[in-house]
Amino acid sequence: MPEPLLEVENLSVSYLTDTADIRAVEKVNLSVQAGEFLGIVGESGCGKSTLLFAIAQLLSPPAEVTSGRVVFRGQDLVRLTDNELRLVRWRDYSVVMQSAMNALNPMKSIGAQFKDTMRAHERVSANAIRTRSAEVLHLVGIDATHLESYPHQLSGGMRQRAMIAMALLFTPQLVIMDEPTSALDVVAQRSLMTQIKELQQKLGFAVMFVTHDMSVIANYSDRLMVMYAGQVAEIGATRSIFERPLHPYSKGLLDAFPSVRGPRRPLTGIPGSPPDLGRPPTGCRFHPRCSEVMTQCLTTEPELFSVEATEVRCLLYADSAEPAVAR
Amino acid sequence: MISTPATVADDNVLLRTTGLTRHFRLGGLLSRRMLHAVDDLDMVIHEREIVALVGESGSGKTTVARLLAMIYPPTRGDILYRGRSVHKLHSRKDVLWYRGEVPMVFQDPYSAMNPVFRVAHGVMRNLKLHRRDLDGAQRREEAERVFDIVGLNPAADMLRKFPYEMSGGQRQRVGFAQALAVRPKLILADEPVSMLDVSIRAGILNMMARLRAEEETSILYITHDIASARYVADRIIVMYAGHAVEQGPTEVVLSRPKHPYTRLLLSAVPDPREKAVPVSADSGEPPRVIDPGEGCRFRQRCPYAIDKCATVTPLPRPMGPAHDAACHVAVPDVVDGDEAGTAGEWRRTPAPADQSLFG
Repeated sequence: MPEPLLEVENLSVSYLTDTADIRAVEKVNLSVQAGEFLGIVGESGCGKSTLLFAIAQLLSPPAEVTSGRVVFRGQDLVRLTDNELRLVRWRDYSVVMQSAMNALNPMKSIGAQFKDTMRAHERVSANAIRTRSAEVLHLVGIDATHLESYPHQLSGGMRQRAMIAMALLFTPQLVIMDEPTSALDVVAQRSLMTQIKELQQKLGFAVMFVTHDMSVIANYSDRLMVMYAGQVAEIGATRSIFERPLHPYSKGLLDAFPSVRGPRRPLTGIPGSPPDLGRPPTGCRFHPRCSEVMTQCLTTEPELFSVEATEVRCLLYADSAEPAVAR
Repeated sequence: MISTPATVADDNVLLRTTGLTRHFRLGGLLSRRMLHAVDDLDMVIHEREIVALVGESGSGKTTVARLLAMIYPPTRGDILYRGRSVHKLHSRKDVLWYRGEVPMVFQDPYSAMNPVFRVAHGVMRNLKLHRRDLDGAQRREEAERVFDIVGLNPAADMLRKFPYEMSGGQRQRVGFAQALAVRPKLILADEPVSMLDVSIRAGILNMMARLRAEEETSILYITHDIASARYVADRIIVMYAGHAVEQGPTEVVLSRPKHPYTRLLLSAVPDPREKAVPVSADSGEPPRVIDPGEGCRFRQRCPYAIDKCATVTPLPRPMGPAHDAACHVAVPDVVDGDEAGTAGEWRRTPAPADQSLFG
């Protein structure tokens, strides 16, 4: 296997407050190969956005990386200084935020914002900026005349595309996306997903894509990671998780949304709500909501077990599998 | 207009709109530019019925809810509630009566509640305003009853919480409890689950179904998620750019969609249980409805558009029992053994490249 593009080792992030140490991300291990599409799903409050921010080195206090490494192309991003980061961030990896409405500056035209971004990382001529800006806008299917447009003149879908164009200004090798489709409706959502996939195949960058709606990435991601309460609950090939989810939480997420095809069947959702990460439940963190809970789940904290090519944090698989060795 | 379902008896009609239209003036006082948010909407909501109003952002579905909630008056057309014209209600008593019978639940449970009051505040205020016959103890009893119904138990403890102590799903249940406290006949639910996590949406949808069954309320369920509409609604109204383009019983509309837009919507719903990746050139851009001329508003995106679509606005035509579509090209169901749902029923066979749209 080739050297992964990104390797996250034992990464933990805490929000340090006066009263509690909220462990939003706990000992996450994952790797992303060049050109791969990794989906990350989980409910709000499961730590998925915190994980992305920690990888991109965008955390601000009180959040803090308490342990672990984020190795990107051989460099540990956690240890870089701001000046060193400036050379890597946006040039080699970029981030697309959840709400394009808030991420774009309403007072500046799209072109001006592209210019700022390029100037912050490189000495470039005005001409080169204009050419490159028009190029990336064209890539996402927006006419170059919109460089003069202000964010409010674009529709939600176009704003989100403009954000993606901005992320592609320097042809990065990794694009991190935090729920870019959640504000869009189904038709625009599908069109954006198709476009991201096409761009990815054309330009060869890797994608880390966070969403709470599993169905969005079903047909686009190569591998899928399910997060629960700051931990990896299950990680494996997207197809195999959709066809045979191992963790009861993954099963619950898959059964949570209605289908437009096939018979109508009653949905249960997942009872309860995600735990308070300041005081996580004992044993398995999912046990208070789990439909297949056993007595040992209340006391034993499960490790990640390998079941074929999938890793799953659930005691149901303790006997049949070897504990996964931390990569 | 012919959009009234012929087979449904009219005696249990709760609310009916005829030619409901709302335009907004853009720009200054002297501006002539008009945004057509809703045009000529005819719809009916029966007693104990869940009707889903489905469409993308900008299609006018929230404007419909606001018109029904008397937040602003219609530009043209009429809303008849139990036979009374809603915008002719003027006295405080009549307006209170209508607002009590037809309350609204809002999209964003985080901003719909005052953060400095306990959640009991909204429910108690509603009770004080709309149910003058109850004394303090009865009001508290009633508040606990509605909290129980929406699944917030133990109700006595839940009533004492502040909004920040509750999850999004719980807050949305408080929204429904507030609506329920006034003994509504029709709840206007504007995207009640779109801000919530996928894992707790099912709970809210199930609760809506229970309200209809146990409290006998009708619900207008506004959503862009056609799959959840299928899950709870008896009938579906599909809106596009201010027009109701198709309406009918849920299963009929979804299994035999007639309007090309309904077909596009259905094909766009992600389904992890299916392997195929549907590919289309459609950009998903909603149309501009500022000073629209005559003609079908979907024609630019429609693979079946004919010349007539650019000049004549299609009116709703019957497609089957209680099933209408506003499309020049759609062909009504043939009774008995029709091959509905295939391209064969379209007068003009699309070019092969277009077929992927409805794969």
